Amino acid sequence: MNMDKPFERKVYPFRPCIEQTAHQKLRHPVVVLGAGPIGLSAAIDLKLKGVPVIIIDRENTVCEGSRAIAYSQRTLEIWNRLGIGQRIAAKAVGWETGKIFYRNDLLYQFNMRAEPFQRTPAFVNLQQYHLEEFLIKRCEELGIEIRWETTLVDLEQLPEGGVKLMLETPAGSYESECDWLIAADGARSTVRRLLGLEFRGKVFDERFLIVDIRMKGDFPAERWFWFDPPFNPGQSALLHMQADNVWRVGMQLGVNLADDFDVEREKSPERVIPRLRAMLGDKYDFELEWASIYTFQCRRLERFVHGNIIFAGDSAHQVSPFGARGANSGVQDIDNLVWKLVRVMRGEAPVALLDTYDLERGQAADENILHSTRATDFITPKSPMSLAFRHAVLTLAHKYEFARPVINSGRLSTPSTYAGSPLSAEDIDAFSTDTVPGAPCIDVPLLHSGQPAWLLDHLGGQYVCVIYAAQAQHNALLATIRKLPAEVSTLVISPKDAPGNIVDHEGLFALRYDARPGTAYLIRPDQHVAGRWRAMDATRVAAMLPTKQLVMEANA
Amino acid sequence: MNALNLKPNWTDVDRFYASLMDLHRGRTAEESEAINTRLILLLANHIGDVEILEQAMAVASEPFGPAPA
Repeated sequence: MNMDKPFERKVYPFRPCIEQTAHQKLRHPVVVLGAGPIGLSAAIDLKLKGVPVIIIDRENTVCEGSRAIAYSQRTLEIWNRLGIGQRIAAKAVGWETGKIFYRNDLLYQFNMRAEPFQRTPAFVNLQQYHLEEFLIKRCEELGIEIRWETTLVDLEQLPEGGVKLMLETPAGSYESECDWLIAADGARSTVRRLLGLEFRGKVFDERFLIVDIRMKGDFPAERWFWFDPPFNPGQSALLHMQADNVWRVGMQLGVNLADDFDVEREKSPERVIPRLRAMLGDKYDFELEWASIYTFQCRRLERFVHGNIIFAGDSAHQVSPFGARGANSGVQDIDNLVWKLVRVMRGEAPVALLDTYDLERGQAADENILHSTRATDFITPKSPMSLAFRHAVLTLAHKYEFARPVINSGRLSTPSTYAGSPLSAEDIDAFSTDTVPGAPCIDVPLLHSGQPAWLLDHLGGQYVCVIYAAQAQHNALLATIRKLPAEVSTLVISPKDAPGNIVDHEGLFALRYDARPGTAYLIRPDQHVAGRWRAMDATRVAAMLPTKQLVMEANA
Repeated sequence: MNALNLKPNWTDVDRFYASLMDLHRGRTAEESEAINTRLILLLANHIGDVEILEQAMAVASEPFGPAPA
């Protein structure tokens, strides 16, 4: 059998920090608690924006087992901005086809790809431990200090602002202070517990088994989902491909378990291997890499910002795994948070700007929880009637297309649109596309000085005013552009066949953004639309910047 | 003859399904059956067209279970 070597987690040794070696008390601008995908992404984003940051983690290695595995196009776009997207995409397995089975039959298949011209697959699968190693490496490149084997034991919000942290390490305990604490410490957040915050929502009784196996299988890189399969009767199952020939198998175990049900025994090879044999048959050799049994919750904190402590990712909101909405929404939290926090720290915006993080990502969390709760309800019907309806849907879906959208094996993560946010202008001009204020920008191919380029590479980091105009209009535009606030940069896109530095050569910007000559879009630093107008107006643009006035008015 | 629409025509299918499940949550089998029966009558009246309704009845009474692909 020709198997890849099993993955061995790198160990990152504890090193005494400067507070310990020099007995210095330091005040850090930002401390990130938790070296998971969310905390690491936060630190990278902060550092790239010039903010010194340290990460604290109580372990000394990456996570055990594959855990979060599916990352969406939007998340990859964010990691592109963080300089890590290509490395992740190169290692990961791209996929866009999902197949749905009922009992013995393939009911239908669907495609996740949103646009024919997409730069990346709709989703990529990668074990979380690989992802974390990539992100840690990026932190090292950027000189971000990660304090391993450092446990937060207590904290205190200081009356004059900032947070005092009491930390424990193998070399003893010490105190540190920070202006801002980002609590990216996961579903069982220590910070949440120390603050005594309620984590409200729904807890499901259903048990699920997940197993990582190494296998040379000839299954395509697709998401396969079974309802009531012969190898797991009355339950569901999921098969996903990951990097290095590792496959994720998910099996629902149910609610009414035997009296002697024992988690440790149930995930032992003696129990797991027969289950896998029943699923995969005898044709494939496989090795077990990791098994876990879990239940899940859909719940959230009421508020994500508590003074100088900000929650992001699973510490703020938790979802069931169907739909890949956990890690993806956490990375999108960071994308939303970091530029705002940096503005507040630099005194360029009032602290109230962080309320828009709470509002926008709170809405996103509600959306994710709603989708993930509904998927869970469909996958685990609780009553004879819900089972009967589901059976009707599944049996109709094979022959009749109308029933297919009802099937819910997880509505896969899509980025949220921040409608109703004070940072999203209300449309005053008519547009026909869904690139509404608050929506994430759709990436489209362009030509930059005759070379292939992508729109998103020209957006982000700061407010950008995108103006769709032919070269002939440029001179007339210059006067208006000069009136724009200094912090807004401009990106002029020329229609196809018109000369220009950046050209919409396939007409896809015009099509997907409903752009006509003169159309202007204001794009936020996180690549979401702030506003769109048929003609650029510097006053309207300026009114959408998160200055004191806008945020205060919005909160009034 | 008007044809029964067998293509997706949902506006918010997940919300519909969740509402339907909520409708039956905590009901006895008799209660659920009564609700379903009334629901059919309400929707049938809304649709009105008897030819459409008869086509729907025909599809609904086809043998259960997916046919081999």
